[in-house]
Amino acid sequence: MEERRFQLGRYKMQLGLITIFCLVILFFILTSPTVFLRPTIYLAYLTTIPFVGIMALGLTFVLASGEIDLSFPSVMAFAGYVCAVAIDTTGSITLGLLAGLASGALIGSLNGLVVRKIGVPSIVVTLGMSFLIRGAVNLLSQGLGKSLTFLQGTPWHTVLVGKVGGKFPAHAIWFVALTVLFWFILYRHRFGNHVLFSGDNEDAARMMGVNVDRVKIMVFALMGVMAAFAGLIDSFRLLKWWPTMGEGFMLTTMASAFVGGTSMFGGEATIFGTFIGAFLIGSLEAGIVAAGLSGFWTQFIYGLLILIAVTVHTVLRKGKV
Amino acid sequence: MPLVEMKDIHKYFGRVVALRGVDFSVGENEVVGLIGDNGAGKSTLIKILSGVFPPTKGEIFIKGQKIDLHRYSVREAHRMGIETVFQEQALGVKQAIWRNLFLGREPVNRLGFLKLDTAWNETHRMMREMLGFRGGGVSPDASVRTLSGGERQGIAIGRAMYFDANLVILDEPTRALSVQEVRKVLNFILKLKENGKSCVYISHTIANVYSVSDRFVILDRGQVVGEYLRDEISEEELNETLVKLHEARLVRGEEPPAKLN
Ligand SMILES: Nc1ncnc2c1ncn2[C@@H]1O[C@H](COP(=O)(O)OP(=O)(O)O)[C@@H](O)[C@H]1O
Ligand SMILES: [Mg+2]
Repeated sequence: MEERRFQLGRYKMQLGLITIFCLVILFFILTSPTVFLRPTIYLAYLTTIPFVGIMALGLTFVLASGEIDLSFPSVMAFAGYVCAVAIDTTGSITLGLLAGLASGALIGSLNGLVVRKIGVPSIVVTLGMSFLIRGAVNLLSQGLGKSLTFLQGTPWHTVLVGKVGGKFPAHAIWFVALTVLFWFILYRHRFGNHVLFSGDNEDAARMMGVNVDRVKIMVFALMGVMAAFAGLIDSFRLLKWWPTMGEGFMLTTMASAFVGGTSMFGGEATIFGTFIGAFLIGSLEAGIVAAGLSGFWTQFIYGLLILIAVTVHTVLRKGKV
Repeated sequence: MPLVEMKDIHKYFGRVVALRGVDFSVGENEVVGLIGDNGAGKSTLIKILSGVFPPTKGEIFIKGQKIDLHRYSVREAHRMGIETVFQEQALGVKQAIWRNLFLGREPVNRLGFLKLDTAWNETHRMMREMLGFRGGGVSPDASVRTLSGGERQGIAIGRAMYFDANLVILDEPTRALSVQEVRKVLNFILKLKENGKSCVYISHTIANVYSVSDRFVILDRGQVVGEYLRDEISEEELNETLVKLHEARLVRGEEPPAKLN
């Protein structure tokens, strides 16, 4: 029997992304060698990128299932708040974390339920949810942040956002581990298979016995958990929670997924692409500033990169064999 | 005792009445040709039988056992040995062939992870043995959208063949197929018959239906309007019956079917 062969051609998208990423870094090294030939900037990247990256992993699943979620930045803040309050009331950090993650799962499931059981498009539901829970957070907190300095030095703080070897941020390891896990779930697990088919051809999935409603609700819940996790580690890292947390993460998270090559139309998604996409998007701003360009260039170059990337992905996909 | 028996099946889609009081059965080792104009309700009937959606009203018995329609599903139908090739093919065209073959019935380990080698090798074998793919040049990793219409249909039919069902339902399976490929599908039906299995065959090509079926059921506007054993009716008579029904529709001023496929 013929063996499953390794074909380089199947990985052209991945190779292309790595090449682009290397070129961007090379460009930064050439324009500001003092910054980009020292490890400090890369450690800084590893500190900031995982937040966007972790949410982009969740979003990749949502997009793969043919849906969209706009509520995750608000979920970050909501879960952070729930966690802070739960720690206050129970005195247990573990319970606080669990409550935070559960609140993300709950909001995600609610999104999914309204989308699937009532039939409102996900873009509308999650937009509404985004305002709703941001508003709820503001009302509950009265717009005031919370200090979490007591977390410093606790085991959970070390495990989640400590510095391995005094330098390497622990949450970067979480991001890598989650990337690997998500890759296996999307491509090597029955659930991922059902996610892909639900996004590709919902009717076909249903006719072959896939419970599309359940799959999509679970995907929204997963997105909620990832956003919650990002919110929790962000509050842990900065030792505070604040009500506008997560604002500004929307576009960079989406851009990471799209630049990576995940399609808007469902059924096609790439975890590896999202991983590299997060690093690409996450490294631009610092690099642009270091290169001596004004911060005003950042958005322009984001835009350029996104447009080029999605164009190339679309062209590649059309000629796909 | 028939293998499956559907009694007084009604189905509404909102205001559209797709089926009104259909009795339909398939015997052990029987090939039933289900025929009728477009919109007659054939696909709706077999989707109910396949567990895609429940009837608005009616009962289903499988091997004499009454089915709880609230719990009946595609999975349950698969478990009871009912395999369907849907008119819509039910393929995810962006996905690999091997993923399509095992969709909904993935070989997995205890944690739910796919047994990739099993799935891939079985797909490879199926593509060679059952479908006679072009020169073996297509890999199970190829996405379905790179395949021709005939090959896609081959995957949909191959999937039904692979899972070795007691009852195979084929809803217009010969669309997009060449003459030889149609021949293969008809041979598949004959082989089912030889192996003691049952089949429901839906097609607009009466010659094909006639050549393999033991019995014919004619649906018209959601009702059974004729039922004949093969011995009772010749191919010409069957054709005439259908033409008459069709003309009656035209006389009533109903739109002729937009396309016969
Ligand atoms: N999912 C659906 N929603 C609404 N109407 C439907 C649906 N499926 C079928 N119908 C309607 O039910 C009737 C029967 O359709 P169908 O069973 O597909 O007929 P056939 O397979 O005999 O051509 C048609 O009028 C069709 O428009
Ligand atoms: Mg039909």
